[in-house]
Amino acid sequence: MTDYRVLPGPEHFLPPAAASMGIRLPNPGEAHINGVIASEEKAYEEAARQFLMAKVPTIFPGPLVLWAWNEKAAKKATAIRHLFNTLKECVQPGQKPMLIPMPDYRPKYPKINPEVEINPNHPNLTIWHNKIDCCVFVGVHCHQANLSLKIIRGGTSCYTIAMCAQAGHEDAMLSFRDASVEKIMKLADTIKRLKGTVQPRLSAKNGASN
Amino acid sequence: MAETKSVIGTQNKKGQIYTDTWKMMNEAPRTPSFFTGSEVIKEAIRRASCDVMIAYPITPQSEAAALIGELFAEGYIGDYFRGESEFAVMSQCAGAAFGGARVFTTTAGPGTMRAMENFPMWSGARLPIQMIVTCRGINSPLSIQPDTLEIAYLLNTGMLVWHAETAQDFFDWILKGYMVSEEPDVHLPLALCCDGFFVTHTKDVVNLTPADMCLPPYDPYRSPVPCMDMECPPVRMMRDPFVMKSNYISYATHASWQQEIWAAVERSRKHSIHWLNGLIDTENTDADIMIVASGTAVSQGREAIRLLEDEGIRCGLVKVKTIRPWPEEEIREATKNAKHIFVPEFNVTGWLAKEIKATVPNHHRVHAGPHVCGGMTMPPEIIVSEIKTALGMKTFSMAGRGS
Repeated sequence: MTDYRVLPGPEHFLPPAAASMGIRLPNPGEAHINGVIASEEKAYEEAARQFLMAKVPTIFPGPLVLWAWNEKAAKKATAIRHLFNTLKECVQPGQKPMLIPMPDYRPKYPKINPEVEINPNHPNLTIWHNKIDCCVFVGVHCHQANLSLKIIRGGTSCYTIAMCAQAGHEDAMLSFRDASVEKIMKLADTIKRLKGTVQPRLSAKNGASN
Repeated sequence: MAETKSVIGTQNKKGQIYTDTWKMMNEAPRTPSFFTGSEVIKEAIRRASCDVMIAYPITPQSEAAALIGELFAEGYIGDYFRGESEFAVMSQCAGAAFGGARVFTTTAGPGTMRAMENFPMWSGARLPIQMIVTCRGINSPLSIQPDTLEIAYLLNTGMLVWHAETAQDFFDWILKGYMVSEEPDVHLPLALCCDGFFVTHTKDVVNLTPADMCLPPYDPYRSPVPCMDMECPPVRMMRDPFVMKSNYISYATHASWQQEIWAAVERSRKHSIHWLNGLIDTENTDADIMIVASGTAVSQGREAIRLLEDEGIRCGLVKVKTIRPWPEEEIREATKNAKHIFVPEFNVTGWLAKEIKATVPNHHRVHAGPHVCGGMTMPPEIIVSEIKTALGMKTFSMAGRGS
């Protein structure tokens, strides 16, 4: 057991990988919230609440869902578009949902365009520029997702969610595992169900801290 | 993510049935066979659905590498060739693994050392290559005899490092090793070590799984990094390498990359416990005296315990199966009652004792020894002698024989 919790940062000059602090990944049928194993039902509700509270809730789709390299990827992409549209329908004036892709894992120098993409080697630039205070990673290879999530936790106060097709991510504040079209749709349904029950934190300082 | 249909129950080109690994390892009938460790490596690889094996001769792994060549000739391995050196072999293994193959290789002693640059590269690239290390002496003057010093050099590479005691361990762990190292949250290379000659060149009864069952094939689409293809060759990752930049974020990215490798080692803990039935095995953990060992030192420790029991001295045993992940909590718990912890080792520096001293409270309890190295055997009597000396009991000196 560990007392460490995976919380919004900025955490440290070089924050630890959560796995090295004793955080364990959920088993099939489970999720984690802040590093504590939770039921998927609870995770859907918490993820939906975080999105509805955020000033700039953002979806970061990665290469696994950006190209129709198989039928399942194409269906997932459609589900992600549905999630984004649901988010846009459910937020209040002043909230600004975004959909920013991670098309490429190579470092982007000398300058990334943070308005159009996010990069796993310097994801904080996109978070800072767009003042993103809640995001979900989906369709990103696990290694690159962990890099991104840890760097975001290190330098921003953004709340991170992972919709992982494999074993999940300890470095996110909330993680699903074995993500499927059904799970993405269920998150959209939960956001729709909780619409109007959560007050957005429009007056609070947003995620672009530091 | 990829739309792969299960192949369980179907046949490969040799007529072997792809079998659920848990069922194959735990429920399928076993046939007792009298084999050398090298022959056991061959039999495990026959069942491992390996795509590529790359070989280079160095004692004491040469026989195993040659036997796997026979498997290639029989059609059980997708590709097999000899590299130009150990360094070349490990680089070629990386290429094959980048391309999505299940890769196997074997090495030993100076070969391990020569290839060393590749191992952190394997880990950093998240390549689940399996490498058998049949440990032998590495220093000048030349020795081909058993010595486990090379394991110490592998401990900080980011590889999983397991240390087999017996040929049976070897057979089971080769197959189970792929299951752990290919998990998407792990996806790291495995150095499966044994004490050369003691395991590779001695015969033992080994219970084999049916030869007509084999592991499911590796699915590279579960990899945590993109599989290499013409759109995503590794060189493109390095077009703007971190190393060429001098700014905070480049350094932080590289640091985070390193942390992720070690996070993956941590994640392997859960899977290793599942497949190996724990990271350690224990006996008599309520005893005042404990022997903690890995590899064939465990066998010698077990025999020393029997000799001590004949003299009315009760002693317990911890068999350390995985060195990475390191079973810190398990060892602390297993030794909590011990007043004395002895760590017999087949190397001169006592790397295992150092790990244990850094793990247990009141580390003055740890006696780093007995040590032998350079190919010496470790008679159980010298373990008994070490223990009795520490307890202030009268003992004998094996070295004192003769005129």
